Amino acid sequence: MHDSPITAEHNPALRHHFSDMAQQKNAASLGMWLFLVTEIMFFGGMFCAYLIYRLAFFNDFSAASRSLDIRLGATNTAVLIGSSLTVVLAVNAAQSGNRKRLVTYLLATIFLGCVFLGIKAVEYKQKFDEHHVPGPTFDFEGEKGAAEERPVVQGHAQLFFVLYFLMTGMHAIHMIIGVGLFSVLTLLAWKGHYTSSYYTPIENSGLYWHFVDIIWIYLFPLLYLINRHH
Amino acid sequence: MATVAYPSPERQNYLNQEYGIKSWLLTTDHKRIALLYLLSITFFFFIGGFFALLIRLELLTPAGDLVQADTYNKLFTMHGLVMVFFFLIPVVPAVLGNFLVPIMIGTKDLAFPRINLLSWYLYIAAGALMMHCMLTGGVDTGWTFYAPFSTAFTNTKIVEAGLAAFIAGFSSIFTGLNFIVTIHRMRAPGMTWTRMPLFIWAHYATSIIQVLGTPVIAITIVLVAAERLLHLGIFDPKLGGDPLLFQHLFWFYSHPAVYIMILPSMGVVSEIIPCFARKRIFGYTFVALSSVAIAVFGFLVWAHHMFVAGMSVYAALIFSMLSYLVAVPSAIKVFNWTATLYKGSISYTTPMLYAFGFLGLFTMGGLTGLFLAALGIDVHVTDTYFVVAHFHYIMVGGVLMGYLGGMHFWWPKISGRMYPEGWGRLAALIVFIGFNLTFFPQFILGYMGMPRRYWQYPPEFQVLNVLSTAGSTVLAVGYLLPMVYFLWSMRYGKIAEDNPWAAAGLEWMTTSPPPTYNFEETPVVDFEAYDYENIKAKEAPVAR
Repeated sequence: MHDSPITAEHNPALRHHFSDMAQQKNAASLGMWLFLVTEIMFFGGMFCAYLIYRLAFFNDFSAASRSLDIRLGATNTAVLIGSSLTVVLAVNAAQSGNRKRLVTYLLATIFLGCVFLGIKAVEYKQKFDEHHVPGPTFDFEGEKGAAEERPVVQGHAQLFFVLYFLMTGMHAIHMIIGVGLFSVLTLLAWKGHYTSSYYTPIENSGLYWHFVDIIWIYLFPLLYLINRHH
Repeated sequence: MATVAYPSPERQNYLNQEYGIKSWLLTTDHKRIALLYLLSITFFFFIGGFFALLIRLELLTPAGDLVQADTYNKLFTMHGLVMVFFFLIPVVPAVLGNFLVPIMIGTKDLAFPRINLLSWYLYIAAGALMMHCMLTGGVDTGWTFYAPFSTAFTNTKIVEAGLAAFIAGFSSIFTGLNFIVTIHRMRAPGMTWTRMPLFIWAHYATSIIQVLGTPVIAITIVLVAAERLLHLGIFDPKLGGDPLLFQHLFWFYSHPAVYIMILPSMGVVSEIIPCFARKRIFGYTFVALSSVAIAVFGFLVWAHHMFVAGMSVYAALIFSMLSYLVAVPSAIKVFNWTATLYKGSISYTTPMLYAFGFLGLFTMGGLTGLFLAALGIDVHVTDTYFVVAHFHYIMVGGVLMGYLGGMHFWWPKISGRMYPEGWGRLAALIVFIGFNLTFFPQFILGYMGMPRRYWQYPPEFQVLNVLSTAGSTVLAVGYLLPMVYFLWSMRYGKIAEDNPWAAAGLEWMTTSPPPTYNFEETPVVDFEAYDYENIKAKEAPVAR
């Protein structure tokens, strides 16, 4: 190991097989981006199914979509965008080596993530009460008084809710993982694990959080905002 | 760093650095993980092979007499599942790729050694689940899990097998991700993109497919499981769902998966042929970029599996044309390998015999693929043994030939010992003969109209089926032989030199077997790949 003894002693976070910190950081961030690409492909399968069925059954999908609570959805969108901001500020705090600010912003992110999940749970509860959860008890009448062009087909409306629960559920699972991730990071940050020369986990978890955010940015209009002007 | 304690009486290498079961199960050394994979993948190969032999035994006679129809359905399903997810997809990348990628680009390890180990554990978890599934009833849908049979009708263990494939998929994703990052970020000084061995290019292209394709099969499996457990209607026409959507999602991964299997073997062949023809590879850039082209085109041809499934004619037309296109980069490779042989000084070593086998069998598999890409002929031979023969020529004739060739080529590096050359050549010959005897009759059977996946057939097909079954027995001998003499050579084989073939490439510039961090000093690359003009050949390249 003639090439790297000085840097190796310099930073304890440098792993043996990298020649310097820059290489290690570049590798980790490229790895994270690639992981996010796989996530896009993963969600892509569901988006693809959604778009096909929405084209096929637009009438039923827009009727089902209008039964979603747009205020809660919009609030959640704002909450999530806010949490993206706090993540950016956390990464910035880590860059400048400010431990207190870092911990604060991480905690703020966790808080906003929990708010999102709480609101989502309320929405799920509503749908459960209205018998809009797919399964044997599924029952969707369509909006009262709404002038649909055609009567709503139960099975097709159920498809909308299948995709709604799959996509938002998969998104929520990612949120829960993210909150867990940030909880660990907060603890480590509190202990002074991260310095201005080593904060890759914060940055990469931030990337992950932004990704989860972006998925929601697409989910919100696709699921909540079909044909609202009725 | 223990490697600095050199020279010592016995040279330190990755095998004798540490001993004990813990040093293996908790290792993050890519070479040791490669050996872990080698053991587990070989195990699954023989499981899958066992199912194959049972299938062939059943088809020895026209009557369904050895197993019942239901059992037969399970046999070919489990054969497919095990061979595809637990052998063909991981075999070359996870064993040879894991061992060689860091060494070939001159670095100490993969970018994420712990994720590399994790991907082996995921593979083992998936394998254990698959074994459990097999032992408690298995699956009978065929490895393709077609809806609505898989989601609404069959009573077999779809969800469990699906979960196993899901987990194995993540193992594959992590391997691919690790390779891409390693190749981008960890190359030794001077190892430019155009100096990289073609093996690396092939693995790079493979990794792209793994990263982009595998998540799609993952979500497809989730959808199938949800549909099956809750009956939601995603693939059920009664509720508005579309079974064709399943086929589209499934083949969006499962066709490129074929290139995950074959590309690494192409990389192996690109290493072997220049070495034993003593020539620089002809058309380096074309061979390198054709790997990437295959990865890209490979994503655009999936619906050629669905020509008779009820797609629109125009879509079929376009997918047919795109399928022809993917033949172009494949042909570029074959022509360039052949051109490399031209006026080379060729020695017929075991790896070279496998490479020749690959050339012939892959060409046949590829050309019959063009038959299947043609809409008219495909309607005639869809779901017949013609298809079975075609993809076995690619997957067994291509992938396995490349894998075995690579195992022989790098065995001195992996184990530090030479395998017995005479036995090696004999086994290569047996595999070649056994393979053709098994699968060539199936082309004829399929063209005559024998459908796949039936356990009975009209008596006039018996002669060809008997030939095929006989061939599969020969093939089994051919596969067992290398396992026996590889094991034998670990103790009794001749000690290997650092570069027994006088081959080019960084992996031959370190010791055999390499030290834990691969090189005593990070190498600096100031030479082109396959610089055989400047490497003196051995006087007798093949020591018996």
